[in-house]
Amino acid sequence: MADLATTQPKDQAEPARLDPYRVRADFPILATTNRFGKPLIYLDSAATSLKPLAVIEAVDGYNREYSSNIHRGIYELAERATGAYEAARASSARLINAPEPAEIVFVRNATEAINLVAYSWGRHHIGRGDSIVLTEMEHHANLVPWQLVVQEKDGDLEFVPVTDDGLLQLEVYEVLLHLRPKLVAFTHVSNMLGTVNPVREMVEMAHAAGALVLIDGAQAVPHVPVDVQELGADFYVFSGHKMLGPTGSGALWARRGLLEAMPPFMAGGDMIREVHLRRSAWNEIPYKFEAGTPDIAAQIGMGAAAEYLMSLGMESVRAHERELTAYALEVLPREVPGIELYGPAAELRGGVVSFNLSGIHPHDVAQILDRSGICVRAGHHCTMPLHERFDLAATARASFNVYTVPEEIDALAAGLRDVVRIFDR
Amino acid sequence: MDDLYRDYILEHYRRPHNFGVLEAPTASYEGSNPLCGDRITMMLGISDGVVREVAFTGRGCAISQASASLLTDEIKGKTVEEVERMTPDNVLDLLGIDISPARLKCALLSLDTVAHALADDTEEKAEEKAGAEGSASGAQSQ
Repeated sequence: MADLATTQPKDQAEPARLDPYRVRADFPILATTNRFGKPLIYLDSAATSLKPLAVIEAVDGYNREYSSNIHRGIYELAERATGAYEAARASSARLINAPEPAEIVFVRNATEAINLVAYSWGRHHIGRGDSIVLTEMEHHANLVPWQLVVQEKDGDLEFVPVTDDGLLQLEVYEVLLHLRPKLVAFTHVSNMLGTVNPVREMVEMAHAAGALVLIDGAQAVPHVPVDVQELGADFYVFSGHKMLGPTGSGALWARRGLLEAMPPFMAGGDMIREVHLRRSAWNEIPYKFEAGTPDIAAQIGMGAAAEYLMSLGMESVRAHERELTAYALEVLPREVPGIELYGPAAELRGGVVSFNLSGIHPHDVAQILDRSGICVRAGHHCTMPLHERFDLAATARASFNVYTVPEEIDALAAGLRDVVRIFDR
Repeated sequence: MDDLYRDYILEHYRRPHNFGVLEAPTASYEGSNPLCGDRITMMLGISDGVVREVAFTGRGCAISQASASLLTDEIKGKTVEEVERMTPDNVLDLLGIDISPARLKCALLSLDTVAHALADDTEEKAEEKAGAEGSASGAQSQ
């Protein structure tokens, strides 16, 4: 199989090596300590990432220097705010190689982006007996909105199963496509297994079957090079707060033709061209989908995050995280007795390692690690069906980012040995 | 080394008291914390308003299981009214450890499950009583 993780044409040259120790200096929070004086070991980036100074300052700059509404005022501050907001849109577009910034709709997060598509596109295109193909590894955000659509429209959901190794069963996917689904929606990178799905191949197969494709890129945009034109997707969604940006920021990308044909999702100010008492005309894209005053500061911060990631180079980010993941997959089973790991080999996954310790609930694992300043996620990570698939009530999850260093994985291994020691005594 | 995972907590987790099933419980309820996957089934044997027997099954974190073990010890032999008067603080006192807000649900699942079992039991009793009175008055009117 080809390198599924690389979604851009591969350069012959190796990407420049990312120096995570230098990167760490950009993240003020990494200098903090917990209530026991332990330095922060943040291994929960798949939940939300830490924010670099560039993002913090971008948000702060808006609030301190040019706080004003966008697309309205005729004075210097407002023009500055509008300019920064639209520059953030352009940066977000460049990060995923969108053909034009107007195809980027700013939303609160990937969840809102999927809901936008489900309500605006889904409710007008899914009818009785129409099917939508999803996968068993979807985050609830890419499952529940579609449940609502098919419940309302009397359509059907079909699911691509997951193998024991945490890969999608593409032969079943091919069979499901014979149902001529209207839409196929799947995650680019699994937030629990870390699996990097063969998205380009899956998009081609879906298009050949006449389906549109939505890709949930929440766990991909921060970690792997994404080129929506090369992927050929129709909708691509991502969250700002997982890609080093502020919470409350996110984006939907869709092809211009689709966005222009879609009715508004929310209505109000800024999304209209003209309003009369009994009818209105919509603004052009993307504003048609951005009713009301958005989180201007957060979106400006997301733009700064996109610029920051591009300055590191997404190929370099991917190489760094692949190395870390390989290291974790090697160290943890060797150093931690009774650990069970889930998901595929390092070359097929992003920086996510979900695991369990034999006979110990993940909440207890996370609680004891917290004493050592180590932050991991414990629970079902908003993927209850996937946990059911593996017959798991919950898992603990360590996830990595540009600022993660191998020493933190060593600390995790040591922390997990402590957990085992406490429970075995 | 750890305030939360004291020896007696882990001892209750490893060898929980009253773990098992009652053959003919007069009240039972399955409680769960879907967010963490904790799950407890409480079974009570009540006669003359007193909890004579109690057993539980389930799986979950050390805190939830130790709490169920300690609570079942505590309520055995108590009257239903006494059990109904128990508060979250009583359970936290039984545990004797500082529970962070994030783990309160784990610690209190057992009490919540007992309360549901008793409420179901009381409702059934009330229905039975209402049914019995209904048929009695029906008999009178004939």
